[in-house]
Amino acid sequence: MALPKPFRFALLLAVVAVASLQLDAQVTSDRILKAAAEPQNWLTYNGTYSSQRYSTLAQITPDNVATLESKWVLQNQVFGAWQSNPIVVDGVMYLTERPNDVMAVDAKTGRMYWLYRWTPSPDARVCCGANNRGVAILGDTLFTGTLDGHLIALDAKNGKPLWNVTVADVKLAYSITLAPLIIKDKVIVGVGGGEFGIRGFVAAFDPKTGKELWRFHAIPEPGEKGHDSWREDHWKSGGGSVWVTGSYDPDLNLTYWGIGNPGPDWNPFQRPGDNLFTDSVVALDADTGELKWHFQFTPNDGYDYDSVQVPVLADINWRGTPTKAMMWANRNGYFYVLDRRTGKFLLGEPFVKVNWASGLDANGRPIQTRQPAGMPTYPGNQGGTNWYPPSFSPRTGLFYFSAWENYGTIYRPEEATYQPGRNFSGGGFAVAAPVPGAPTIGIGRRGPINNWTDEVGNGAVMAMDPQTGKAKWKVTQFDVTDGGMLTTGSDLLFTGGREGYFHALDARTGKLLWKTSLGGQIVMAPVTFEVDGKQYVSVISGSALFTFALRDN
Amino acid sequence: MGQPFRFALLLSGVLTLAGPATGRAFAQATADHQYTTADVEAGSRLYVNQCSLCHGPNGDGVNGVDLRRGVFRRSVSDEDLARVITNGIAAAGMPNFRFQPAELNAILAYIRAGFDPSGTPVKVGDPARGRTIFAAKGGCATCHRVEGVGPRTAPDLSDIGAVRTPAALQRSLVDPTSAMLPINRPVRAVTKDGKTIRGRRLNEDTYTVQMIDDQERLVSLVKADLREYEIGKTSPMPPAGRTLSPEEVSDLVAYLLTLKGGL
Repeated sequence: MALPKPFRFALLLAVVAVASLQLDAQVTSDRILKAAAEPQNWLTYNGTYSSQRYSTLAQITPDNVATLESKWVLQNQVFGAWQSNPIVVDGVMYLTERPNDVMAVDAKTGRMYWLYRWTPSPDARVCCGANNRGVAILGDTLFTGTLDGHLIALDAKNGKPLWNVTVADVKLAYSITLAPLIIKDKVIVGVGGGEFGIRGFVAAFDPKTGKELWRFHAIPEPGEKGHDSWREDHWKSGGGSVWVTGSYDPDLNLTYWGIGNPGPDWNPFQRPGDNLFTDSVVALDADTGELKWHFQFTPNDGYDYDSVQVPVLADINWRGTPTKAMMWANRNGYFYVLDRRTGKFLLGEPFVKVNWASGLDANGRPIQTRQPAGMPTYPGNQGGTNWYPPSFSPRTGLFYFSAWENYGTIYRPEEATYQPGRNFSGGGFAVAAPVPGAPTIGIGRRGPINNWTDEVGNGAVMAMDPQTGKAKWKVTQFDVTDGGMLTTGSDLLFTGGREGYFHALDARTGKLLWKTSLGGQIVMAPVTFEVDGKQYVSVISGSALFTFALRDN
Repeated sequence: MGQPFRFALLLSGVLTLAGPATGRAFAQATADHQYTTADVEAGSRLYVNQCSLCHGPNGDGVNGVDLRRGVFRRSVSDEDLARVITNGIAAAGMPNFRFQPAELNAILAYIRAGFDPSGTPVKVGDPARGRTIFAAKGGCATCHRVEGVGPRTAPDLSDIGAVRTPAALQRSLVDPTSAMLPINRPVRAVTKDGKTIRGRRLNEDTYTVQMIDDQERLVSLVKADLREYEIGKTSPMPPAGRTLSPEEVSDLVAYLLTLKGGL
């Protein structure tokens, strides 16, 4: 239907006016610093620098959550697990889809402003799918990493590239799958490739030019601190990938990053020593990249226990003492509380069955108990938890995350030979199953029929009390889950799982308040934002992004 | 997951994982249906000297044949294999071998063990006899369906030979409970209004379960609507060893291996 001309012009004016309002506000580094003060937006991968994934928005409450309804759906154009985490800036949602598409979408209607496509080099190699977890924004520029190791700056208004630099060599199987982090005048990224004998790093770039400003080697070279935790030349292919976005404490000016597994993954005998800084959290000076402290969760790891979980920061009263805490549910099955000023170990308790260690010593170092060949190790290869973003609610004082219970794997270490850009995993593993040949859990959901069942592991939403290291409550799921967490100012907890259910739980009790079956695996964390006074919650399930809000009156 | 259920799981896990050490009862139950480790080891030496020149160290040196994985051009049963070894296949350039019966037995054991001395070397009998046993004496057809014929109470076996190894089939026959895939476990549910539903599980998630009930109806239940919900750990199938001889079981394995789906 054609509109009359004057009306069309008026409409155009109105659109321009609205668009200008929405798009003109610059995302300064100061706004990112104070992101918690503008809960209508979701400005960074983890929401705020503390990475609590807690929003003060409270329009949706335990009382009205049952009236949530779907407002719009964005269908993915590509196949495969969709781990992307949208950011939302003044009514515009920016997100990525496989392999390296970036899009700008109206957060209220789901209609698209622009789509940018980058085709990664055919040399790109990733262990676990063509994943990308999202973008960062500074000013009106977006930043995105690619599977072939590029960092690209895009004009946020039209999706056109402003610069494109090579961060690492794709032929050596370096990749970028995480969402970059902006700190002041720097864009910070890390590299993936832990199954290919890379030497991982975190690096900062000039947002105007893409020029590299500093680089922290996750695997120290001769002369660097921690190098003596390696023998011979093993450090050169030592792994230490960085594939989940870190956090930042502006008062301490420290940025915290989780470091991935050592290479080769499953053969620790081939690389004696602690293998720093694999499976560690590192605290870096945000201006220089200088290492201030580190804490290693799993020395000489033989189980692929990447410590790429999101470092969650909170100022809490910990056992009577005001504490600058860092909370961490690790892939190795232990939940930790550290003092984020110094890395001092405060607490570490297992949250699932653990048999690779008999406990932690006074400094948090595990007492390792390797299982005999052919016997299962708990937690299994995918961990007690993994990269799925957790949440901390300052209102409840609880730390929420997805756990895999009763899941073990049998490791088979083998000598691996490093060849540039080739798989360097050192053996393999099998999931412990109740019957030989029975189907088992995969890295992603294996289709709509769960024929592996909870007999090879089940999922759980855990509400961890950082005071005790014990779960205050947990809600189990029949299948395992890769769902991230979101908490709100009305004590709601939103999450999902591989079964395709999207849940709202009471964050205080775990009581199920609302659920809907979206049908596809949820392998990201939901986000919440507000447009025109209405609170929305977005979640990706399968190959579609769903956005919910309360029913209109 | 309830405590008793977890305990049962633990037990079955131990049985599976600990293998020979604690699985003695199972080993005893299956011994009659298998070659011995000594057979496999003897076969390994004979194979290297006599067969590997053409068939290769991994058994896949001849086009269309993969001895280690049980892929043959024509043979199905052990008898077929023995005949080929003894007579040769002149047209294909395979010579005839004059092995003693014990030597022949050893080579078959090595092939059936998948070239793995710790593998399970299963005897594979005559498929035609196995087909008869399936329909009559074995009673298999009273619950299982093949190519559109038979009830749906138990899993359809039309492609079972394509998705199971001989060892897995034998285990299912001899010790159905320890071999039952978790998804196939029997379900007993009681609704809030007191109705009992029994069937075989097809799919399950946190909130619901899908099954085929004993009237062959597809049933989906919401767990929150149930008064009782129980997953059985014991297979409803009787162990074949109770009524069938070891030879008859090997014949059944042979028949099941011919069921490759493909419709």
